[in-house]
Amino acid sequence: MTTTEIQFDSETLALVNNMMKRYPEGKHKSALIPVLHIAQAEFGGWLSVPTMDYVASVMNLKPIEVYEVASFYSMFNMHPVGKCLIEVCRTSSCWLRGAEDVIDHIEKRLNIRVGETSADGMFTLKAVECLGSCGTAPMMQVGADYHENLTIEKVDTLLEKFKDENKQSRYC
Amino acid sequence: MSKKLLLKNDHIEGIHTLPIYRANGGYSVLEKALKTMSPEAILEEVKTSGLRGRGGAGFPTGLKWSFLAKPEGVPRYLVCNADESEPGTLKDRYLMERHPHILIEGMIVSSFALGAKTSYIYIRGEYFYIARILEIAIKEAYEAGFLGKNIQGSGYDLDLYVQVGAGAYICGEETALLESLEGKRGNPRIKPPFPAIAGLYGCPTVVNNVETIAAVVPILEMGGAEYAKIGTEKSTGTKLISASGHINKPGVYEIELGIPVEEFIYSEEYCGGISGGKKLKAVVAGGSSVPILPAELILKTSAGEPRMMSYESLGDGGFLTGTMLGSGGFIVMDEDTSIVKNLYTFARFYHHESCGQCSPCREGTGWMEKILLKILDGRGDMKDIDLLWDIQSKIEGKTICPLGEAAAWPVAAAIRHFRSEFEEYIQYPEKIRDIKHYYRLQETATA
Ligand SMILES: Cc1cc2nc3c(=O)[nH]c(=O)nc-3n(C[C@H](O)[C@H](O)[C@H](O)COP(=O)(O)O)c2cc1C
Ligand code: FES
Repeated sequence: MTTTEIQFDSETLALVNNMMKRYPEGKHKSALIPVLHIAQAEFGGWLSVPTMDYVASVMNLKPIEVYEVASFYSMFNMHPVGKCLIEVCRTSSCWLRGAEDVIDHIEKRLNIRVGETSADGMFTLKAVECLGSCGTAPMMQVGADYHENLTIEKVDTLLEKFKDENKQSRYC
Repeated sequence: MSKKLLLKNDHIEGIHTLPIYRANGGYSVLEKALKTMSPEAILEEVKTSGLRGRGGAGFPTGLKWSFLAKPEGVPRYLVCNADESEPGTLKDRYLMERHPHILIEGMIVSSFALGAKTSYIYIRGEYFYIARILEIAIKEAYEAGFLGKNIQGSGYDLDLYVQVGAGAYICGEETALLESLEGKRGNPRIKPPFPAIAGLYGCPTVVNNVETIAAVVPILEMGGAEYAKIGTEKSTGTKLISASGHINKPGVYEIELGIPVEEFIYSEEYCGGISGGKKLKAVVAGGSSVPILPAELILKTSAGEPRMMSYESLGDGGFLTGTMLGSGGFIVMDEDTSIVKNLYTFARFYHHESCGQCSPCREGTGWMEKILLKILDGRGDMKDIDLLWDIQSKIEGKTICPLGEAAAWPVAAAIRHFRSEFEEYIQYPEKIRDIKHYYRLQETATA
């Protein structure tokens, strides 16, 4: 992706400018995390250096202020991800109810391991920490959507469905 | 009969919309408070209610509010903590998803009581769809004249915003949350100064949990004194409990504080017993950070008294034989559960979530994770148990924020109550193969 492609359209830019006005005079940096979510969703599902530099210029911040924030938060992808980002919770309550079976199954079905992206660039599989769905465990998040009370059959149906959808960002 | 205040309208279809919320008595507290009560009178009711913070620490809410500095000409803020990332906790999500208006009404009356003109709800980024639900509800509230300028002709102005995070447990810690809300990394601040003096943008700020703020609505509705009659003397009111793990009916339950733990686990009204008719092995009663207790100590105190769902009863016996109510994340484990492996999932979590500012936490959490993995990989040494103990004791109390304790306590408690299981894994590594997905651990160990 070249730098020239990295540009919000006028509607998104207006949204970003509006967001910065939610905060007191001089505190527009508060909008950085919401704006990074938008940038990630708009520019390929991850935050490349040119994307972060662009956010810095739009928000009138130093690039380092953007890099240090982007790299802190787990929802910001610092590397390219597949079109469909599958995040399976692996923490206690989900583990107790079979999260590992779900992860195993997805690995086999997609022929990738946790942390990898399928050869066709369609799927990335991640194991993540508690997403507040412990009462409906096991669960996974795909894009912005929660999929709960997972069974192997349910996972299969979902994977089939995702093949035709773009679920790169949780901020849709 | 159970007592329901926050979820009393849970069965009503469409209660997340303003018209239906109103038709069921919603926003009447706001009208009463803004038209007939002074901020001081509201504070008094909250103090009288005995409400304790529902985010985990259980600090008295009225007292926290009374610490808020009020210098002339300086804005004050109310920030709602909707970061909810403590493993085992899902109650704030439940409340916001189904009852967004009770939180918004609570935010408005609480902001009025504190003199805040701008308030924020900071919600974890993964709950993006709930941020949407809140935003729609906030829009409805603006349109109905419950937010914005001169609310209901009271002369009081308030703007309310939803701010999304981006995946960081540490941003639930109040000062890290404020840093994040300022557009920075979520590194906790050194206290003092406390947020009540210098919080958001250096201004006096109150940070309260979602459930705490929502509870202000029933408190003002019935009066603080009536609310204080519910529950026990030290644990007044109701509490949302997130129940998960090996139970028949996982989910969110509103309980009157002080019911027996045994009733909560086994009655049909709540968890409905252990799944598959198995025996109870252990419970983590208040979210991943609180000490795990074996069945005999969660059901009864060391003195043989029935253990109750309250701050004081769960705390009975200190950490030697007791635990904490914490955030109310109640994780139940059956007789076949590997406590060591469960602990490993916690240790991995805290290592992943440490912000990295303080060396004891940054280094210690990773070290504990590695040792647990070593034990689970069949390469453990008896000395590793003492080493784990030593590391956790050197994290506790030596960090800027309590994530250090949160990481240390589960390790200490697992060793305290289940030492023999660690020893067994070390002495007879073949036992580890009984744990499902043993090979996954092996892979992680070699990776
Ligand atoms: C590591 C860490 C994570 C926390 N996470 C949360 C959280 O997700 N939600 C919450 O309300 N409080 C959380 N807290 C507690 C907050 O710091 C703070 O005490 C709380 O929001 C105060 O609200 P309350 O008095 O209404 O409970 C956390 C604390 C620590 C140390
Ligand atoms: S442990 Fe998986 S959602 Fe909480």
